[in-house]
Amino acid sequence: MSGVPWGETKLVQGNEAVALGALAAGIDFFAGYPITPSTEVAEILAREMPIIGKKWIQMEDEIASISAIIGGSLAGGRSMTATSGPGFSLMQEGLGYACMTEVPLVLVNVMRGGPSTGLPTQVAQGDVMQARWGTHGDHPSIVLAPADVEECFDLTVKAFNIAEEFRTPVILMPDEVIGHMREKLTFPEEGEVCVTPLSSPDVPIEWYEHYHTSATGVSPMARFGSGYRFHVTGLTHDTHGFPTRKVDEVIAKMNRLKQKITRRLDVLENNMLHGIEDSKVVIFCYGSVYRSALAARKILAKQRKKVGIFRPVTIWPFPDRTVKELLDSKDVILVPELNQGQIIHEVERLTSDSVRVVPLHRYDGYEITPEQLVAAVLEVM
Amino acid sequence: MPARLPYAYKYLRAKKKFPHVWCPGCGIGIVMGSIIRAIDSLGWELDDILMVSGIGCTSRMPVYVDFNTLHTTHGRALAFGTGAKMANPNLKVLAVMGDGDSMAIGGNHIIHAARRNMDITAIIVNNNNYGMTGGQFSPTTPQGARTSTTPYGMIEPDFDICKLTEAAGANYVARGDVYHVVELDGLFKKALSGSGFRVVEAMAPCPTNFGRANRQGDAVNMMELLRDETITIAQSAKLPREKTEGKTVRGIFVDKNEIGYLERYQALCDRVSPEVKK
Repeated sequence: MSGVPWGETKLVQGNEAVALGALAAGIDFFAGYPITPSTEVAEILAREMPIIGKKWIQMEDEIASISAIIGGSLAGGRSMTATSGPGFSLMQEGLGYACMTEVPLVLVNVMRGGPSTGLPTQVAQGDVMQARWGTHGDHPSIVLAPADVEECFDLTVKAFNIAEEFRTPVILMPDEVIGHMREKLTFPEEGEVCVTPLSSPDVPIEWYEHYHTSATGVSPMARFGSGYRFHVTGLTHDTHGFPTRKVDEVIAKMNRLKQKITRRLDVLENNMLHGIEDSKVVIFCYGSVYRSALAARKILAKQRKKVGIFRPVTIWPFPDRTVKELLDSKDVILVPELNQGQIIHEVERLTSDSVRVVPLHRYDGYEITPEQLVAAVLEVM
Repeated sequence: MPARLPYAYKYLRAKKKFPHVWCPGCGIGIVMGSIIRAIDSLGWELDDILMVSGIGCTSRMPVYVDFNTLHTTHGRALAFGTGAKMANPNLKVLAVMGDGDSMAIGGNHIIHAARRNMDITAIIVNNNNYGMTGGQFSPTTPQGARTSTTPYGMIEPDFDICKLTEAAGANYVARGDVYHVVELDGLFKKALSGSGFRVVEAMAPCPTNFGRANRQGDAVNMMELLRDETITIAQSAKLPREKTEGKTVRGIFVDKNEIGYLERYQALCDRVSPEVKK
């Protein structure tokens, strides 16, 4: 296979769909370091990108990989890397730099068991809080969690678009089950994929501010070599990008970093809801667990038991308002996760004491099965 | 030299960003001047140059020059530069780093940039210690030297930047110092006009930290040390052994013309693209 098989229907693996989604989004540069279970992304792009004259490189480690794509994004265009837990830890340095310097990029983290080397070939959802708070300091975080192969394709394209629109890194976070499973996928026709064009300033060169304060908090970004000469630093900086310690400039920068996300939650929020209104029990889940929840819901329906499902596709920023609105009136919220309890704390934070928030943890490297969920639901009903 | 001074303003963010952060007697400003003179002699456009740096005293340089400038994280200048160069091969990428930045935390990146023969000029200002954090020892601190973290003297052997990068595969490797600054201008000019991975080590005094800790006197005394304790490659070949012992050798150690990474990558693209296959 060469390139995106536009319009065709094929049996495709999750990681393969991520790589093809990146090609569909017009990826210009990939830099990565081999790590299970994400390697297929790098391998497929290593094969495909030179054919179309795009740049691909295997760096000496994950720190170098994310550093390279930040450089690539600043000097070129759409840039991506792919990794898993241990590599994701190393990439926190570059991730924070990209947040601070407002550089668009896509980071794919295919989640495996941790901590440390953990369970390299097995599934987990243990990086969810790290994706929010892993790099030091206050910072924005956008994380998308696909639950099937089609979403791996679609959300990769979307991740590139959001990164460009918000000028910030976007983390695509399939778990190992999603990355490695194969499903039927009908690719869109060429031209059907919506790709946000690379922004470029239209002001005269001498007026250009690399961090201009526009209404959305995001201004068009010039690239190195375009004639707009600017400075980029991880130090707290003014609107031109130069280091500053002036309190008003520091506060303005920090507020804008936060508000460019929080003021546009409507664009980022993306939930899949099933039968929430007429259920007193709701399963709150994401990633591969969502698939088991859908199957469990069917089994329970046959037994005339109603259960709702709330699945955030965008897990960060967390859908605070919707969770409060829809779930605070429920009897029980079951939160199954492939970790020892991470997202559950967000659900607890947003619901009153009258709502029972019940955990279901699995962290042995295997997926949560529909049967496990059925049993858990029957127990709390 | 003074006659050239007006030219420097073209390259500096002179009205906006000065005074600079460097201490009195620091050698980094001399290196910056030398880089600017080399670039001026090559007639390069400001828009085509990307100066990328890591963290440290030397890595503050990009603020002061009016190129495309990228001040990154500690040790990563070459990794960021690699991405930028690949994404836009028209950029002339200069990575300016200190000895701690390039040899310790960035050690992995420099050996691989050299191995790949990545088309970047690496400029390493070697002042034998971490200046910005208060003069701790670095991988180039000589054995026995005092720093704030070797109060009883340095017990570790030091790296030879030039030998290391030569062994790792750099196309061009040279060493100069800020006393012999005309010579340094020439080393930079030659490095910048080449291709592949090019390294220039510029020895520079840090009177505030290293000099004070090792009783090397003031900035002038430290400049005199560079004058007296270094010799050229030609001198080292000619002089008797007792006169070369303990001296640091200046000059061009490697000057190959091997194909750089970008050219090899382009050849790969040409080979696998469908038009060529037909």
